[in-house]
Amino acid sequence: MSEAEGIKALRTEAAQWLAEHLTGKYAPLRHRGGSGDGDAFPELRKEWERELASGRWTCPGWPPEHGGRGLSIAEQVAFQEEYGLAGGPGRMGHIGEGLVGPTLIAFGTDDQKSRFLPGILNGTEFWCQGYSEPSAGSDLGNIKTRARLDPATGDWLVTGQKVWTSLAHLSDWIFVLARCEEGSVGRNGLIFLLIKIDQPGVEIRPIRQIGGGAEFNEVFFADARAHARDVVGQPGDGWRIAMALLGFERGISTLGQQMSFAQELDLIIEIAKENGTALRPAIRHRIARAWIGLRAMRYLAMRVLSTDPDGDVQREGLSYKYHWSNWHRDLGKLAMDVLGPEANIISDDWRRERLQQLFLFSRADTIYGGTNEIQLNILAEQGLGMPREPRGTSK
Amino acid sequence: MNLDLTADQRAIRDEAGRFLDENSSSKDVRRIVDAGGGTDEALWRTVARDLGWCAMSIPEECGGLGLDMTEMSLLMEVCGAHLACMPLWSTACLAAPLLVETGNERARETLLPAIAGGEISATVAWPALAHAEQLIAISVTARPEGEGYRLEGEVAMVADLPGADLILVPARLPDGTVALFALDRTLPLKITVLKTLDATRPLGALSLTDLAVPAEGRVDENGIGASAAERALAFGILGLAAEQLGAARAVMDLTLAYIGERVQFGRTIASFQAIKHRCAKLEVDFAEARSLVYGAAAGFSDWSGEEANAEVAAARVLASELLFRAAEESIQLHGGVGFTWEYDPHLYFKRAQASNALLGAPEGHLDAIADAIIGRGAEA
Repeated sequence: MSEAEGIKALRTEAAQWLAEHLTGKYAPLRHRGGSGDGDAFPELRKEWERELASGRWTCPGWPPEHGGRGLSIAEQVAFQEEYGLAGGPGRMGHIGEGLVGPTLIAFGTDDQKSRFLPGILNGTEFWCQGYSEPSAGSDLGNIKTRARLDPATGDWLVTGQKVWTSLAHLSDWIFVLARCEEGSVGRNGLIFLLIKIDQPGVEIRPIRQIGGGAEFNEVFFADARAHARDVVGQPGDGWRIAMALLGFERGISTLGQQMSFAQELDLIIEIAKENGTALRPAIRHRIARAWIGLRAMRYLAMRVLSTDPDGDVQREGLSYKYHWSNWHRDLGKLAMDVLGPEANIISDDWRRERLQQLFLFSRADTIYGGTNEIQLNILAEQGLGMPREPRGTSK
Repeated sequence: MNLDLTADQRAIRDEAGRFLDENSSSKDVRRIVDAGGGTDEALWRTVARDLGWCAMSIPEECGGLGLDMTEMSLLMEVCGAHLACMPLWSTACLAAPLLVETGNERARETLLPAIAGGEISATVAWPALAHAEQLIAISVTARPEGEGYRLEGEVAMVADLPGADLILVPARLPDGTVALFALDRTLPLKITVLKTLDATRPLGALSLTDLAVPAEGRVDENGIGASAAERALAFGILGLAAEQLGAARAVMDLTLAYIGERVQFGRTIASFQAIKHRCAKLEVDFAEARSLVYGAAAGFSDWSGEEANAEVAAARVLASELLFRAAEESIQLHGGVGFTWEYDPHLYFKRAQASNALLGAPEGHLDAIADAIIGRGAEA
């Protein structure tokens, strides 16, 4: 079977499986739980993860020896697209599948792999990410959370605070970047720890966000215990592990995200036709521009995910986050302008609700995962080789 | 769809780039510009006859290489980067595709092989409108007389007309059919060379007054149908977008080189964040435009009508806007020298504005895209 035929067969299999399973009690999950809607139906979405696992659709890109299907990038993209087309809900298991799993496969001990990979694969254990802190946002190296060695046990006792932790209140484990060497600064002296959330030293406080929901949290640690065997890599080596983890994502899930963007645009066009705004030349041009931006996004993602990207493509890939996040934010504004005065009225019309959430939550898109300003710095410095920003001297 | 460039495609791009680095440098372009514009004849001869660039997208049975749109786009990108003063776009991206789409036996057996072999340059006297309205806007008429035809009408601006060996003229017959005529320079054509701000692409006005054309001057098979015209024009539009993309890259690189050396307040001006961010934003626009041009080019062989047309229009909108922004930012970031004749930004700035208006400005393309994805205004 050629690669193209293989992908086609995979698409058929995925579409059919999703049509058969994303139904009945799971039907309310369709198109839900995406960015900004992350706290919708949490328990049902956890069940859905187990349903996915029963069809071997969790972790399809993992190698077979760890329970995955070993799908190529092109195949994973095809699955993401089918998942998006079917209205598959936001994945509760995303952090485990896309970030923790690949990191453990690359850097974890055999013991860590055997204890953690099955829970991710089977949809029984959920993970969240403990990177950002109140004083370490864009400047991630400014982490202040401390990890202190307990000489009696070899465990690490963690004290400090993380913030913007998505779905921490629904997770079982958190991975934490903490400072393990007293007096160290910046990227040195950090440790990458896996910490069980259900213990006395961990407290979670939800943050109510702009749209009213609460999928982010503050996570407080007061001598929370990370067991000696739950250090990934060596103490002091945390920054390298943390950055490698971010590199695993590669944006494959963004192809699925684009399916959801396309549905949002379709919804806006549908409403514009109904309420007559589609007749207005300025709105028509803005819709056309949204369509253009989405096409460009798709082709850019396909080029970035190519098997052998040349130097130009790598440089252009640095644009991807800036492009999609600003595109999405603009789409939110377009949605409100198409709705007109009704955009301000809260009702149980699901279409309006979805677009209002889009409008509000897309403001976060240009902030998390590297703000616009940081993205432009990265593009200028790494992409164009322009001089780096000067660093302040104060701690 | 796979958007990776093949090794052959990269080789075509890189070799073309090296050739034009040597033969169409800023100095070479300025020689043409300072002479008031025109074609770099030596360059064109080499490109057309020795390097075979015109043959790239012409089918093999018509004497060409039968390669896809991607190869042609890569060549146009390189040409744009160098502002190469030669009629490759009009010959290979406007005229050849129209002959491929609509041509009769003579077109396929004589004209296309002559273009592929680099023996002649060619252009098309399209009206200067957005592509969707092109056929409706045709104002040249053709009246049958005896065995031949009489042509009448004017086309205000035709790219590369002054030096073109072959001029293709779409003209309306009394029954409403649009026919295609191939005129050569032996006919008594009135061609007015237009003085242009952008001296890197010559323009001419064509005037036909009761011009007698023999029967063999008509080279279409069954008239120019709307979909054939659309596809042929899409080739030209996408080729132009690729050219704009290349010009944008070049003027961005020019800017980066300058600001990396210019020192003020004891540091290069490239170290200021206000400037870094402007350059970075251009990079985002560039990545988008290039992705769309490459995506549309890769999909060109599986033409699917309206959707594909919208994609080509989209590539053109992004490339037009990108080039203009890149050129205006280049002038601004060069500071005082940015608006001198001596520095190169103005060459790109003028090209940006001139090419923006060829075959429809972005507004018209946005209208066409909106029609395709929302439905026509009246029906919406």
